[in-house]
Amino acid sequence: MTFSPAARIALRVLMGLGLAVIYVPLLVVLVNSVNADRAFGWPPSGFTGHWWTRAMDNDGARRAVLTSVKAGVGATAAALVLGTLAAFAVARHRFFGREAVSLVVVLPIALPGIVTGIALSNAFQVVLKPLGIGLGLFTVIVGHATFCVVTIYNNVLARLRRTGANLEEASADLGADTFQTFWYVTFPALRSALFAGALLSFALSFDEIIVTTFTAGPGAETLPIWIFNNLFRPNQAPVVNVLAAALIVLSIVPIYLAQRLSSASRGVT
Amino acid sequence: MPEAAVRIRDLRKTFGAVEAVAGVDLDIGDGEFFSMLGPSGSGKTTVLRLIAGFERPTAGTVELGGVDVTGLAPFDRDVNTVFQDYALFPHLDVLRNVEYGLKVRRVPRAARRERAVEALRSVRLDGLERRRPGELSGGQRQRVALARALVNEPRVLLLDEPLGALDLKLREEMQVELKSIQRRAGITFVFVTHDQEEALTLSDRVAVLDRGRVQQVGTPAEVYERPATGFVAGFVGTSNRVGDVCVRPEKLHVEIGDDLPGPPGGGRHALGTVAEVVYAGAVTRFVIDLDSGDRVVALQQNLRTSSTDVTRQRGARVRVGWEAAHEFRVPSDAVPASPAAPAS
Repeated sequence: MTFSPAARIALRVLMGLGLAVIYVPLLVVLVNSVNADRAFGWPPSGFTGHWWTRAMDNDGARRAVLTSVKAGVGATAAALVLGTLAAFAVARHRFFGREAVSLVVVLPIALPGIVTGIALSNAFQVVLKPLGIGLGLFTVIVGHATFCVVTIYNNVLARLRRTGANLEEASADLGADTFQTFWYVTFPALRSALFAGALLSFALSFDEIIVTTFTAGPGAETLPIWIFNNLFRPNQAPVVNVLAAALIVLSIVPIYLAQRLSSASRGVT
Repeated sequence: MPEAAVRIRDLRKTFGAVEAVAGVDLDIGDGEFFSMLGPSGSGKTTVLRLIAGFERPTAGTVELGGVDVTGLAPFDRDVNTVFQDYALFPHLDVLRNVEYGLKVRRVPRAARRERAVEALRSVRLDGLERRRPGELSGGQRQRVALARALVNEPRVLLLDEPLGALDLKLREEMQVELKSIQRRAGITFVFVTHDQEEALTLSDRVAVLDRGRVQQVGTPAEVYERPATGFVAGFVGTSNRVGDVCVRPEKLHVEIGDDLPGPPGGGRHALGTVAEVVYAGAVTRFVIDLDSGDRVVALQQNLRTSSTDVTRQRGARVRVGWEAAHEFRVPSDAVPASPAAPAS
């Protein structure tokens, strides 16, 4: 499509404005994490690494990051297994209720977190408590896995539909048994889809707060919950800022990887 | 016939309410180039997939070299397939694609490399071992698919419209090459195609399929010159109905002029008017309305005529002649719904 010079300038300005709305606030967070002024006066009166060292030394923050990583890894691992199996069933086999299964698997991502949270909380109280399993990291992982499954399922399903079954047939035709076919043909074709799905799943779990609130026990404070609890304590505000800044920097890496991965796999097929 | 490489008895396959294969019997000889020819939906590809083991038959048996393999998985059958879309592994280079069958059967690395390189040489692809399938042309991918199947030295090679995606020139080259590879390797080829010319050119014998049934099995000449059913007559080449017999277009001789002399001795003839003339380079197609009411197509070689000559003949009165030996009879319905002719 071609635009007149005026339209082109207008579109560029709009694009710039849109990006500014997203990225200027993030930049402010980054700057404030090294802002020497305790009250975050603007413009900064000077720069300091003090908040960063204080955040590193903050026990609560460190524990919260660790808990979040554990929850994210656990939920993603569960989602990888369950989501891949479900995607295979739906993509490669015909059975009664196939469409219904597809809907039921995807639904949790659309459900309001508050609904999932209440439902899981009730279920855990009724079912797990009598078995001696209290709310804690395990229940957080289960709660997160309900929606993390969706990202894996969708990614794998899309890939399976795109590659079709004929590569697997070709492999069987050449003498490979079911396991060899999965290992040499199916898994390599899925690898980048699994990786992209896992990154997304981890990111979803890492910043989840509503379901977590309902499913986390006292011993399992994730990072978002810790931040939320400390946000309004003036004393902790600089530490919260540093954590936010660290998360911004850390998120760039996986997003960059995921983008490169999906463009690379497009080039091959 | 020599020992049957493939023997199929009363094979049936139903998908839902659709009977894709409706009782097929075939005996394919060892070392034979055998084609299954039919339109889309005739069941030819399903028969191939049943031989390969990708589908389980609803009823009937498949034997390979005298052994019943009906219940066996594809990886337990001594056949290999060249797929229509080649189905090359996109994440493996050419050499690893060709080695794949040997690798999963645990042939030692050095031996399988040697055999793969040899197979690639036999399809004239040496030097491309390290390319990915995505970096090859259609014709090259076709050869990789062929090498990947042949390197396993299967008893039977199944080919599912392997030349369908190639352009005409390349397709003709590959036809010649396929035939010579088959002769050299001495393995049985079961070749599925909807292209009647391809089937006639390549095959020792052809089975013509329609609606899940075998209409006729025979040599190319038998199928073409003596079609068993109206469907075969219509699908394998064009057939002209003249009265109650049929004649192929190239067997008709067209003579133009108002003062038509009597026919030469022994021949049959009919008078008509040229309705349409199509100049096609080497030949000219005449569509002629006979006075009897039949419409026939005649092909004439352009031995001495040029395009300006032939196109001027539209509307001209002509005499169409042919020899009695070239007539054949088929059941009167052109495409029988339920063929009366038994599946041979």
